[in-house]
Amino acid sequence: MPGDERGVRSVERGSIGEDMSERYFPDGMPPPLADTTTLPWWQAAAEHRLVVQRCADCQATRLPPSPVCAECRSPEFDWKEVSGGGSVYTFTIVHRPIAADQALPFVIAVIALDDSGGIRMISNLVEVECDEVEVGMAVELVWEDMSEELALPRFRPRQS
Amino acid sequence: MSASRAQIVGVGESTYTRWGKIGDITEHALACQAIQRAVEDAGLSMDDVDGLASFAEDRNEAIFLAAELGLPALRFGNMVWMPGGGGGCAAVSNAAMAVETGQAEVVVVYRSLCQGQFYRFGSAGVSTEAPAEPAPPSLQQANSLLLASMGFAMPYGLLMAAAAYALPTRRHMHLYGTTSEQLGMLAVTFREHASRNPRAVMGGRPLSLEDHQASPMIADPHRLFDCCLESDGACAVVVTTPERARDLAKPAVEILASEQGAPKGYGFGPFTNANIADELYATGGCEEMAGRLWAKSGLGPADVDVAQLYDHFTGCVLMQLEDYGFCERGEGGPFIESGALAWEGGSLPTNTHGGSLSEAYIHGLNHVVEGVRSLRGESTSPVEGAEVCLVTSAACVPSSAVLLGKT
Repeated sequence: MPGDERGVRSVERGSIGEDMSERYFPDGMPPPLADTTTLPWWQAAAEHRLVVQRCADCQATRLPPSPVCAECRSPEFDWKEVSGGGSVYTFTIVHRPIAADQALPFVIAVIALDDSGGIRMISNLVEVECDEVEVGMAVELVWEDMSEELALPRFRPRQS
Repeated sequence: MSASRAQIVGVGESTYTRWGKIGDITEHALACQAIQRAVEDAGLSMDDVDGLASFAEDRNEAIFLAAELGLPALRFGNMVWMPGGGGGCAAVSNAAMAVETGQAEVVVVYRSLCQGQFYRFGSAGVSTEAPAEPAPPSLQQANSLLLASMGFAMPYGLLMAAAAYALPTRRHMHLYGTTSEQLGMLAVTFREHASRNPRAVMGGRPLSLEDHQASPMIADPHRLFDCCLESDGACAVVVTTPERARDLAKPAVEILASEQGAPKGYGFGPFTNANIADELYATGGCEEMAGRLWAKSGLGPADVDVAQLYDHFTGCVLMQLEDYGFCERGEGGPFIESGALAWEGGSLPTNTHGGSLSEAYIHGLNHVVEGVRSLRGESTSPVEGAEVCLVTSAACVPSSAVLLGKT
């Protein structure tokens, strides 16, 4: 990726090999953009680890990653891996394409993540009928390998 | 009337059209036209103007416009940091601060948009054409804080404003039972107001609730007619001191109070931030700011005779009605259903020009123009005896508002 002069390094995919995930979205979706503050989150994602940033002083969690804890203003932090379980906080069903060859409609949802200290994230619901989506629906994480280098967390209705 | 508060003394605009229809004149030429008309409306000369202010990363920088318009000197050139339309009233507020503190004497606030000459907002600048030489998807460098924040929204296809603002609106529906029909009634009301306004792009296009319900779904719950227009056009307002306003062409309108900002942890709002506090998520994010506006002015929602509320999407207007205290939290839907916003018989005639849903989308600065007209008795949907007008700029993003008073 460009911008190595600012210290952002390529993401190592780890040993995924040829065993790539199912694809839900086309290659032409807008690429993730990262700076050095947010890069570790994407590196964890490339290893199929969904993490939230956690203040090393007051333990408050946050996402997207940021330089300082907004609660206690500490710059010290670590990363907490979460299970990927969660529920739909809100959603929209989009009928206009964002990329070429995209299946429509598609679902954008805000997911309230379990065991995350109350963190939500924007993502997509997949493997779901649009008219079945509702606020409060239990969901689980499914990784989509967009390429050897890039994996994105999506969610589907909880199956267990 | 306060002896020191800034006043608005002139308004002006270009012709408003559908997006992309103004191709034979540049965006900055259109800005010059609107500024000149506003200055002329005030009964001032361009030689009197010593400040320019805009917002929303305006491409038409004040330094160049000052040179093009031959201002004797540019003493104040201001750009607001509230994103997009959220900065409209803030730009007026900053102009007011400038004249009240002697930084400048006559400041023109302007906004010009020719989307066809650049890109259409609704497309979010994204092409759905397959690239000629496809590359494997990869992480890219974010060259700004905004883009690093967008990194947690864009890869999931969250780029269109219609989808972003659907998120808090859907949550509002879940919490309070708000319906698509209630949102539709708001769009129908504003279209009816536009029917009397010759400037309105949609003035000749009546809209019924059935039309709204039959319009294509864009990003559920937003149907086509829940979304504002995309327009080409420019408008401007002239802000000066009360001393200077005294002998000008038309009655001045006083800026009673103004506020701008965002609540704690808000960032860019639901567009990129899934972690807005739960109690703020299904709101316009303006409640705290509204409280400051009322406290500063000594007025309250009951004192407002007419309102011009930023209407990028119907649901965002509904949530503003609650934020500013015109109804209780969760009661925005029934409040709209009661006919409160209608020019004819409504308790709070709102968007008497037709708003961004039906007049034009000039990033909401046209709402300030209409606010002035509604207190001068120049609106095409005049509210008899109106003395106080609330104008807002955006909701569900950092936003701003001004309270205008008749002098």
